[in-house]
Amino acid sequence: MRSYLVRRLLWFFPVLLGVSLLVFFFIHLIPGDPVMVMLGESARPAQVEALRARLHLDQPIHVQLMLFFSDLVRGKMVSIYFARPVGEVIAPRVLATLQLAFFSMLAAVLIALPLGIVSALKKNSWVDFSGRVFSLLGVSVPNFWLGPLLIIFFALKLGWLPVSGRGGLSHLVLPSLTLGMAMAGLLSRMSRASMLEVLSAPYLRSGRARGLSEWSVILRHALRNALIPILTVIGLQFGALLSGAFITETIFAWPGIGRLLINAIYTRDFPLVQACVLVIAASYLTVNLLVDLCYAWVDARVRLGRER
Amino acid sequence: MRRRLALCLVILVIAFFCGAAIFAGRIARFSPEDQELCAGLSGPGHLHWLGQDKLGRDVFSRMLYGARVSLLVGVSVVLISALVGFMVGALAGALGGMVDQIIMRVIDLLMAFPGILLAIALVAVLGPGLGNVILALSVLGWVGYARLVRAQVLVEREKAYFESARALGAGKLRLIFRHLAPNVLGPVLVQASFGLAGAILSEASLSFLGLGSQRLPSFGSLLSHGMNFLRAAPHLTIFPGLAVFLLVVSFNLLGDFLGDYLRVEEKGNLR
Repeated sequence: MRSYLVRRLLWFFPVLLGVSLLVFFFIHLIPGDPVMVMLGESARPAQVEALRARLHLDQPIHVQLMLFFSDLVRGKMVSIYFARPVGEVIAPRVLATLQLAFFSMLAAVLIALPLGIVSALKKNSWVDFSGRVFSLLGVSVPNFWLGPLLIIFFALKLGWLPVSGRGGLSHLVLPSLTLGMAMAGLLSRMSRASMLEVLSAPYLRSGRARGLSEWSVILRHALRNALIPILTVIGLQFGALLSGAFITETIFAWPGIGRLLINAIYTRDFPLVQACVLVIAASYLTVNLLVDLCYAWVDARVRLGRER
Repeated sequence: MRRRLALCLVILVIAFFCGAAIFAGRIARFSPEDQELCAGLSGPGHLHWLGQDKLGRDVFSRMLYGARVSLLVGVSVVLISALVGFMVGALAGALGGMVDQIIMRVIDLLMAFPGILLAIALVAVLGPGLGNVILALSVLGWVGYARLVRAQVLVEREKAYFESARALGAGKLRLIFRHLAPNVLGPVLVQASFGLAGAILSEASLSFLGLGSQRLPSFGSLLSHGMNFLRAAPHLTIFPGLAVFLLVVSFNLLGDFLGDYLRVEEKGNLR
């Protein structure tokens, strides 16, 4: 177990370094002079030189790399558009995205888990068929279509919920459903499959033979074992929600980091683009690392298998 | 019987979109750029089947050309990714040792990066455009294929036909292209079907965010335009979204059917 943890932790840092290097080189992929691209053709020479110096683009590449990491660690990267350190701009946006991702996950779990379990218990019935259709639709429906459809129906036609923005709980319903739908589709498919596998296990028959009630067999014995792979999928999907909220945030004008990144691209604020990409990728990596570690802790087969 | 019917339906939908994309110029009753400002935001009617946008352009014609963009990007990304992935995966699996280790670590590194994030970042720096979208989506697209092909090659190279070919003195390239390639093609085709759905979805996402082609209409840009008129003209959102949805579901289902077919074939061979 310990060697697996150490290996997994050690692998995390080179990957993070690789991602940071990739982000550093982004600015050098810009065709032409990146400073002119950021400031536009009408910029004065003094402005151009000032920005070039601020981004260290007047230095040799290896010095630029050192200064990039130094600025990153000391929080000295400055957004061109906001004229403030990127950390200050990003921090409140990360909280908004975390909130949206959490409620999306909650919505997905509340919809998909009961659906998957009932589908497995009533295999080949109309409930199962509906569950499987829901799962296929959930996985395939693009969120840039689902979001507007939900707005048209629930906000514009019925007037039950607000169209966009961040406020109370009512503001969270439509964006959470939009972002969580793909996860719900995947999760209901996964929980159905996992539950079906567990339901055919001999220990459930033994439980029933000992006189346990059907509910006790299902909830205490089957569900507990079926939950292990489901929890992994939930964890991994949470990382995907964090890193894939751009569109939902854009549709619902949700002030998260995804929308900030898209706006930074529109305003050609490349230091902010770099910082947003790095933060999103690092949070995705961290969530995946935590899920892997939790999985190894929860499931003895993984733990022992890795040690062998 | 029900499955066969569903498969026919899926093939029909895909054929419909392919036909629309190829013959867009002949099917479209209007040019996608023809404007009729006084009829802006009109709903579906007998002349303009799916209505008109803010500038009075025919939505149906724009969707036909949108299908062309979607399928062009999807097919290009899948071809590039599958080709690069096959070469890399086959090399890693066939050569093994240090080469395999290095390739697998690079793949692990790239898989740790959220795909759509890298695509957005790349298009942001390279600039919007069809070529850049294809490039951005292919940069990570090959990774899945490489992993799959490597795993398949590791299985295949233990089989008797591979050993016999090697014993007869076949060179590494001949082994890979003449003997391994036909045997790992099945799973690659399944992956390609899912990959097409993913690439179409990613292209539409990038276009929706304003990072796709700026000259040609695409499903994503049509949806993005429609977002501004949700109350006045919901048809601008409903129809392009439905088209993307149908395409994505169809390719996902085709992947499922192909996967099932291959599994049945494999079982038959084992017997």
